[in-house]
This record gives sequence, C-alpha cells and structure tokens, in this order.
Amino acid sequence: MKLSRKFVSDYIEIPVDNHTLAEDMTKIGNEYDSEGKLLPATNLIIGKIISTTSHPNSDHLHICQVDIGTEILQIICGAPNVREEMKVIVALVGAILPNGIIKRTTIRGIESNGMLCSLAELGIEHKFLKDQDIEGICELPAEAPLGKDPISYLGFDDEIIDFALTSNRGDLFSIIGMAYEIGAIYDKKVKNICLNYEENEEDIKNYLTLEIKTEACPLFLARRVENVTIKESPNFIKERLIASGIRPINNVVDISNYVMLETGQPLHYYDADRLGAKLGVRLAQEGEKLITLDSNERILSRSDIVIYNNDGIVGLAGIMGGLSTEVEDDTKNIIIESAIFDPILIRKTSKKVLRSEASTRFEKGLDPNRTYMAMERSLHLLEKYANATIVKGMLEHKNITISDKTIKVAYQKINNVLGIDLRKETILDIFRRLGFTAHEETADYLLVTVPTRRIDIATIEDLIEEVGRIYGIDNIIGKTMTLPLRKGKYDKSDWQVKNLLSSLGLSETLTYSLIKDSEVAKYTADDFESIKILDPMTEDRNTLRYSLIPSLMMIYDYNHNRQNIDINIFEIGKGYYRKEKDYFEDKKLAILMSGNYYLSLGNNKKVNFYILKGVIEKVLNYLGYNNRYEFINRNIPQELHPGQSASILIGDNIVGLLGRVHPNISKEDLFVAEINLDLLKKIKTSKMKYREISKFPSIIMDASFIVDNNIDSQTIIKTIKKAGGKLLDNVVLFDLYKNNSLGINKKSLAFKLIFKDPTKTLTDDEIALVFNKIVKELQDKYQALLRDS
Amino acid sequence: MFRPFEVSLFYIKGEIKMNIEKIKENIERDLNNVPNTDILNQVKVKYLGKNGIITNLQVGIKELPNEEKKEYGIKLNTIKKFFNDSFEIVRTRLHEEEINQKLKEDSIDITLPSEAIITGSLHPFSRIVAEISDLFASMGYDIIDGDEIETDEYCFRRLNIPSGHPARDAQDTFYIDEEFLLRSQTSASQAHIMEDNKDKTPIRMICPGKVYRRDEDATHSHQFGQVEALVVDRNISLADLKGTLEIFAQKLLGDNTKIRFRPSYFPFTEPSVEVDVSCFKCGGKGCHLCKKTGWIELLGAGMVHPNVLKMGGYDPDIYTGFAFGTGLDRLAMFKYNIPDIRYLYTNDIRMLKQFDRKDDE
Repeated sequence: MKLSRKFVSDYIEIPVDNHTLAEDMTKIGNEYDSEGKLLPATNLIIGKIISTTSHPNSDHLHICQVDIGTEILQIICGAPNVREEMKVIVALVGAILPNGIIKRTTIRGIESNGMLCSLAELGIEHKFLKDQDIEGICELPAEAPLGKDPISYLGFDDEIIDFALTSNRGDLFSIIGMAYEIGAIYDKKVKNICLNYEENEEDIKNYLTLEIKTEACPLFLARRVENVTIKESPNFIKERLIASGIRPINNVVDISNYVMLETGQPLHYYDADRLGAKLGVRLAQEGEKLITLDSNERILSRSDIVIYNNDGIVGLAGIMGGLSTEVEDDTKNIIIESAIFDPILIRKTSKKVLRSEASTRFEKGLDPNRTYMAMERSLHLLEKYANATIVKGMLEHKNITISDKTIKVAYQKINNVLGIDLRKETILDIFRRLGFTAHEETADYLLVTVPTRRIDIATIEDLIEEVGRIYGIDNIIGKTMTLPLRKGKYDKSDWQVKNLLSSLGLSETLTYSLIKDSEVAKYTADDFESIKILDPMTEDRNTLRYSLIPSLMMIYDYNHNRQNIDINIFEIGKGYYRKEKDYFEDKKLAILMSGNYYLSLGNNKKVNFYILKGVIEKVLNYLGYNNRYEFINRNIPQELHPGQSASILIGDNIVGLLGRVHPNISKEDLFVAEINLDLLKKIKTSKMKYREISKFPSIIMDASFIVDNNIDSQTIIKTIKKAGGKLLDNVVLFDLYKNNSLGINKKSLAFKLIFKDPTKTLTDDEIALVFNKIVKELQDKYQALLRDS
Repeated sequence: MFRPFEVSLFYIKGEIKMNIEKIKENIERDLNNVPNTDILNQVKVKYLGKNGIITNLQVGIKELPNEEKKEYGIKLNTIKKFFNDSFEIVRTRLHEEEINQKLKEDSIDITLPSEAIITGSLHPFSRIVAEISDLFASMGYDIIDGDEIETDEYCFRRLNIPSGHPARDAQDTFYIDEEFLLRSQTSASQAHIMEDNKDKTPIRMICPGKVYRRDEDATHSHQFGQVEALVVDRNISLADLKGTLEIFAQKLLGDNTKIRFRPSYFPFTEPSVEVDVSCFKCGGKGCHLCKKTGWIELLGAGMVHPNVLKMGGYDPDIYTGFAFGTGLDRLAMFKYNIPDIRYLYTNDIRMLKQFDRKDDE
C-alpha cells in the first residue's frame, strides 16, 4: 500500500519528516518496504524555448535557446513536439534523473547545456502516462513561472511510504484509516471529510430497481447522477492517483478510484443508459460467461458473485465490470454502486481472475459506514469536478446491523498479558488517542467502544494488543520465567546415529521430500501406494518419496559430474505412503557409498559390499540389535545387483536393504542401503548392562571346512552355533579360500571357535565332544569336510 | 680391521709375577677399538672365557705359596674389576650406538598423509536443530517431532485461520487431497500438543522440522525448516516471551545479541510481535546484511490466541501462553555464514565436508 504524504495530509497533521513517520509507523506494527520522494529527480527548472533551429547534422534534432530566467541555455532536443514559446522542464547540467546525470556535452558538433524533459524522464512510470508524455517533452501551461521548480509546480512534490501491511488491517487500505493511525502516534485529530452536494427533484426509483438475490451481498447502495462532463482530472487528483499507484484515465473514473483510496470502499460506475432499468446481484451459474472490461471472456462458477441487468450478467462483483456497461468518453449518466460483498467469495474469484486494488479491499473486509461515506464523497466530487447533477434518492439493500463494538476488559488483564504495569490513566489515554471511547465501568473494569472502521478488533486480546503497540511493545522488558523444573521429553537417537555415521566417515545430506513420480518406486521391493501432490510446482517434484535412495542417487550424480570423488553420504528423513484413506510417514536412514573408504598412500581401500555391510552392522549394533539381524538375498529391487544385495532381517521383519547399484544404472562401484528406523523402533531392545567377565580362560580352536560354493557363510555359522550349544561362546569367520585343489565349486571357510564355561575351566574332553558334534552336524547337513590343520 | 693381539703373560714357574700395568694396558687397547658387540664378546672370551687370560691367572693362584696368595688375589681382583668396568662402559656405548643406528634407519617421513577412513560431516541444518533442541530441553521443554502430512484442520483451522482467511495467502500450501496437506508451518504441532495433553496441564514444547510451501527463489525454498515453540501455563506474559527469546537469541547468535519487538499480526497469536535481533555481523552499527538498520528480522511470536487455547481444550480465562516460530534454514545460514538457502539442499560434497568438526560453544 503506497501512502501519498500529500494525500493523507488532507486529513491529519504530520509533525515529523517522512522517514521518521515510516519508522514510527513500523514501531506500531505497520512495516514499510521503502520510503522517499515520489520523484527524486534534482536540478530541474521551468524554462521557455525562445528559438529553435534544425540541427545541421541531423534530420530530427533541434537546437533550442531556452530562457530559464537567469540565463539563456543552448540545449539540443530531439523531441517531435519542440516549438518556440513552449514552457518546458529543463534538467540543468548536474541534474540527477532516473536514467543518469545530465552533463554538458556536444551532440554532433553542437554544444548542449542540459536536457528538455518528458514526464517519463522525470521518473514517472510509463504505465501512468499517455503516449505523448513518453515520446514528447512535457509542455507546461503558458502561465508556469519561469525559473521555478517544475515538480512542485506540477504537484509532484510528494513523498511516498510503501507499506507492507498485515492482512488484518484492511482499515489501513484507506487514506482516512492511515490518518487515524498516524493521529494515534502523534496525538492529532483527524480532519472531517467533505461530503456535501445538491440533489435535483427527480427520483432514482423512476430509473432503476434493485434485486439482491444472494446473502453474499449484505449491503448494496446505488445512486444516479446525470450529465457528467468527461475530461481530464485536475492535477491534484492525477498526482495522488499516480502516487498511490493507479493510472489516471478521466475525471469520472479517477474520482471512483480517488474515493476508494480515501475511504477504502471500492465503487463501481455504470453507464446508466447502457445498464438499463435493473441492477441485480446473484451468484453465477456454473459455466455462465461474461466479457470483462479487459475484453477477456470469463467462464464463471457458482462461487462467483455477479451483477446483472435485464440482459444478463454485466459484471463480476468486486473484481471487474463487464464491457457492455462500462463508462466511456460519451457517457452522460451514471449509476454508482457502493457495496459490500462476501470477502471469501471475492478472494476465490479474484485469485482466479485478477487481484485488483478493489478486490484486495473487499477481501480484507469493509466498514459499512464507509460504504455510505464513499457514496456521498463520490457525489461531492462528481458534482465538483464532473459537473454532475445528482438525482435524489438512493436504492439501498441492507442486511447487516451497523454498530460500534463495546468490549469489557479488566485493567489488570491488560497488564498481566503484556507483563507490564501501566496506570489506568495511561491506558485510558491510549484508547482516546486511537479514537476509541473508553470509560471506567467499575474500579477494575473498563468499557471500550470501538468504531466500526476497526473491523479487526473483536476481543479483549485485540484491545490488549492496541495498548501494547501504542505504549510501545518494545518497551516491555524481558523477564526470566520462573516455571517449575521439569525434564523435557527428548529423543536424541537420530542425532546420535548421525554422529555415529559421521564418525564412520559419512557426510550427512539434506534433500527434498518431493521427487518425480517416476522415481518413487525405485530402490524398494515394497508394494505401496505413493502420495501425489494435487498442484505441484514442477513435474520434477510432484510426489512424496517413499525411499530416500533416489534422492541420494541424485546427489551422487551431481557430485560425480563435478569430479567430486569419494561420495559417502547418508540422510535421515521420512518416506511417505498411503494405505487406503490414511497417510503414513516413516523415518528412514539411507546411505550411499562410493569411491575410497580407507585412505592409505598407494593402498587405498575402495568401498565394497562388505564395508557398507560393516557400516550397517555398526548402526544396528549401536541401536542395540547385535546378534539379532541377518542378511538374506531376498526381495531385491531391480535397481540393485541381484547377486550383491541383501535384505536386512530382524525376526520376521525386513527392516532394510543394502546392495550394489545395478550395473545397468551405474558403471561405477556404487552401494546403497536403507533402514526403516520407525519399523526398527518397534522392535524392543534390551538395556545396555554390565555382563560378568568369566574368570575361567576361554579355549580357542581354529577349524577349516570345505563346503560347496553356493552355501553361504551365515548358514554354516548358524549351524555351528546351534551344534556348539552353550559352551561355544563365539564363532568368528577369519578366512575364505577358493582353489580348484579343493574340488570344483568348493571353498574353504576358516573359523575361530571360542569355547567357554563361565563356571569352570573346560577340559579337552569336553571340548572334543562339542567339536565333534559340530563337525558331524556340518557333514550331515552340508557335506562339509574338516580340513586337516 | 681389528685383530686380537698376542697374549703377553708373565708366568714364572713357582712364582707368578703379574705386571698389572701391562695387563691393564692390553685390556684398554683391546676394548678401545671394539666396533660392535660381537667383537666385544670375543674380547670378553679372551679375558674371562674358559681359557681366558684372567681365568688362567685365577687358576694359577693355587700354585702360589700361601703368603703370596693374598697379595696376588687382591691384584687379580683389581684387574678383574678394571676389565668389568671398562667392558661395561664400552658395552653401554656400543648399545647406544646400535640403538641410535637402528632408530635412524627406522625413521619415517612423518609428513606423509595419514591412513584413515574418510572424513564424515554433519549437515548445518541438523546442527541447528540439535543446538536448539538441547537448549530448550535444558529449560524443561519437550522436543516434539510432528507429522509432515497434516490436515487443513490442524495446520490452519485450529490455529484460527478458517478457510478463505487472507493469512492463507502467505502460505501457498501443497495439498494432497481436500483435507490433507504438507504442513506449511510447524505451528500445526500446537493444536496436537494441546489436544493430546488430556490432563490439560501446563505445556512447554518445541517442534523443529520440515515444512513445505509453493514458493522458490534465492531466499525461499519449497521445503525448509521451522521450529515452533509453545508455552501454556498460568500468568504467562509477553515479558516472559521476551525473556525467553533473549536467551534463545543469545545462545544462537552470541551473548551480546539484543532483541526488539515490533507489533505484527498472526491469526493464532494476539498480541502478535515480529522479533528482530541486533545484527550479529556489525553489532548493530549497520552493514550490508542488516541493510544498514542494525537489526535483522528473526521470527514471529505472540500470546496464544484465546480461540486457539479454547480449541485445544484450555480455558483462556485461566491459561495464557506464548508461541513463536522461526526458520531453521535462516538460522543455519546466519550461524555458518551461508549466502544462499539453496546451498543447504545442493549437497555438494565440497560444501558438506566443511562441517566436519565440533560446533563452537
């Protein structure tokens, strides 16, 4: 919201400069984006062209002699409309204009001491100007005073504050609302707005009937004016519109905008003769059509509020009028609409069609008193600046009660919530400055009456905020709370796992949950239903991921393409899926490893399946699942190498997977893994506790077995453990040997068997008994052959 | 090369005369040029071996008359002691020389690269989450990890943002069906916490996590982090909020950080404030970062709106509360001097690896 200082000064005295005003407004909650002069151009002066001759070396340049009161300057000008006797805006040497600094120069051999300016060159945006103001230099009236400042002569000596207002303060989208707010800061009184006009003896009822067929229009006023003269607006109106960001059109259209700026109430003017005898409001039917002012055909839906006449729809209420009833240069008679429409419906339509100055105001809600005020102000200005004759009477549809709100509040509550200690008098004075009426009801309670313009205020807390912001919310001094000590709930396990993994050489990443739908089913063998976004920003991010591995693969590609090596990364994040009508999100840990893992001069260790497996085991052990998981070559997604991948099993639950990325996808040695941490969390672990260390020595035996290649080591170990029973404390596989001398498709597995009895020293006989059982079991089940040692 | 000298021995039948000085001389000469322990041991054999010079002298003692035995014995002991002492000195010297030689040979280039697994690192985003969580946990707050898939009800309606409310404009939300959405603010946790606390006892909690909005440029990412804090108790005031935020800002941005309140508007708090912190880069003097104002906008906060309390089952006549919420990405960017939010999500290994050490306290 751009505030013109000249405009608001009509209604309030501002005792400070523009910058201070902007800062003071910020302190009471009205932040600004920028602040400064409407036209910051300097060193401009009004001059008069006393002669022009054609430039000898150009077909379009003119050599002008320009009288600026104190001297005659020779200035070269290329504008088509240059002529003798013309009053012009002269930018002197040294003038700073939006496009640069004016210097003394020579143009095609002739000296030029300044520049003759168009309005565009002064810094007025093109969208506010007519073509001739952009192409030609500005012609000032003959009576413009020579040697004076043209910006103030034209009335553009204005200052602007561009506010970024909060969405609750619809009342500040009006000059009068701003005046009240400024008045509260500086304790100044808002001046009255001029609303008087004369009426003729006719009656609007003879011309028009009103037909409001929807609840979405609680207030609708219509009046008729006749015989308007359509012409250019006076300078002050044009300047204020431009300063407020609205393009001047003609006096009638400009007045409707001017009144909207002043009061916050948008108006609509219809060409009365084109409109005919009826004005109605209703909701559109699905699929109805309307050609709006901008010549676009709009297809309407049931949530659009429309204005209609006897011929059909003539406008989108609150958003844009229709082409057929628009005020044009030949318009004589006008119907003025001042109304309130349902903010939510207006918002819906405006999002679809157009966000305009009008729709913005309707959406934020309007003060019904201003609906009446805007109508009268409009009549006053049309009479004054468009010679309008005002027809007596107003058509009125009113389905709301208009009354000030009264709120009862305890003094102490105000102080308690703010954490300060204000005296009653101070609080009463703050309400007075805001233009509220407040009086003591009892010793403890206040009755505050809030005017209708403050539609944002409804509760005690709203009043407390008003006191806080006018008192100065930053004057509140921070307190150290004294609340009872308590232990907060805090699960640090994610953070601990992250620390573990970073200690294991992996770097944590942060990726987006939204990925491309075609990626979602990758790197998982699970059967699940993915979750799509209804209106994605891009097709690359239209679905919630299920696995984090596709995200890590993208990071791998990014880094690989930049010659970054040794990409070993992990992330803890969520995977999402739908089951029937419910949505689920599981916390997952994903890991990607590639390149070197262990660095040693000339002897680097490259990542392989077993390194990744080691990392996974570290994580699972760290979380308390040692000896409870196993790796099985089952449920391998097609993106992984079928012979170098595994599912991670705890009991009957597959809690994750790991493996090599399929050679079809990457030629590099690339390994990925994922663990479902939420699933894991459901599997109980025992507490970390001290275990008695045996006082008796353990006995270690080495034994190698020759088995078929296709029998995996885990199976053998399981068998050994089962056969070994209680006395076998641990089994460690320490060597794998493959050679044809062992037999075709055979391998030798060497184990350390650690025997222990916590209650006594084991005898050789006892061990032999167990050992023989192990050998026999392996022989029976897997035809394993004990190698001679 | 060393060559053992010929033995010179004075041995007279019936009478042994021993020229002590001569033997000492010989011992000295023998030991002086010994180059290593092997030769040294040969010298030892020469004097003390089975057939050694001193051994032989010792054997000769029994052939002496008794009255000479004593004197001879003393002389022999002197020689023996002299040999042993000299031998020990040489032995020690040789040992040291040999050790030194070995150490010299074993020396390595200690500037060669180490052998180690590669270096891991923790993402700035996680670091900020952990730092904030640790701080608030230490002050008795629960650390909550809310759902990212939320309902319109908890993300908006329960926060006093009914359908069609203009405040929804600032948060263009990703919907997945008519009711479910990706949470656009961690404030969604407020309603859950109040509702889930069946006993309606006081609440102290923060909820850090990911949020999503349809918005993306140099300062906005469609996914970013927020932390929401909520305190509900008797007699909570805006001054309590300010005191809490002072601790928060000082922990994260330095002990000299000041905070400033500006009135603002959020539908779920009333009064609402925008909170600025004094610029940690220039200390408030004004710089590029704070756009010469000395202040940086940090977070939104306020007193929990009575409607929100009511919807959560708390009586606003008894309970008040404060809430605040801020962007985690921005905090990480401030703390680690990261210029662009997108760098947090690019995951360039060269960037990630910069975060491989403990945080400064």
